[in-house]
Amino acid sequence: MARIDGELDQHCAGELRSAIDTAVKSEGNVKTLLLDLGRVSFMDSSGIGVILGRYKLMRKLGGELAIANAQPSVEKLLKLSGVYALLDAKRREKANE
Amino acid sequence: MNRMDNMIKLEFLSLSKNESFARAAAAAFIAPLDPTIEELADVRTAVSEAVTNAVIHGYRNGLGTVLMELTLAGRLLTVRVEDKGCGIEDIELAMKPFYTTGNRAERSGMGFAVMAAFMDKLKVESKLGVGTTVIMEKLIAQPNEPEQNG
Repeated sequence: MARIDGELDQHCAGELRSAIDTAVKSEGNVKTLLLDLGRVSFMDSSGIGVILGRYKLMRKLGGELAIANAQPSVEKLLKLSGVYALLDAKRREKANE
Repeated sequence: MNRMDNMIKLEFLSLSKNESFARAAAAAFIAPLDPTIEELADVRTAVSEAVTNAVIHGYRNGLGTVLMELTLAGRLLTVRVEDKGCGIEDIELAMKPFYTTGNRAERSGMGFAVMAAFMDKLKVESKLGVGTTVIMEKLIAQPNEPEQNG
């Protein structure tokens, strides 16, 4: 699980991306990467880029991505950008297997 | 000249750390109108998107200046973010959701879609080699009056 704190914008996106990827790769055999957004007080579309990038990474590694505890303003952005729809579709795809 | 109740102009270097400064300034500017938490978040997000575009697409992470002008006419907020960067070749294409110029960093291509969804109006003017100006409007709703007793 990765718990993210503070404001997620373009300025910190690169650093966050590297930290998560390093942790996932060093842990090895991660099946589900859970991003806890409960303490993210602000996020713009740079954050969506980070989430979509981690989604692609987990698919490449044969695992999945999950998101939890998004605050209403972050939730609005996740819905608008189709991130929830993407994660739900993947979940349904797995359930039908 | 159109009615104007308040106006500020901010000019800052196209550094990504100034994105948070710009959105905080916009939030402080509309605070006297007692906006809802959602309205504040919408304005902060839209401003962040416009400034981020100026930094990473307008100046392609090089150094330039970004001009942000905030105007209030009654409860109508107008945000104008201007750069003198490389400009956009095809504005219609750039505004399509998920379109990105595909630079190395992971970009969602959602910047203009977010601005359009979170504000009431969005207009983009651009000329190659001259720069880009983003103009957004949002009407801040009247706060609910507390109920009078007696």
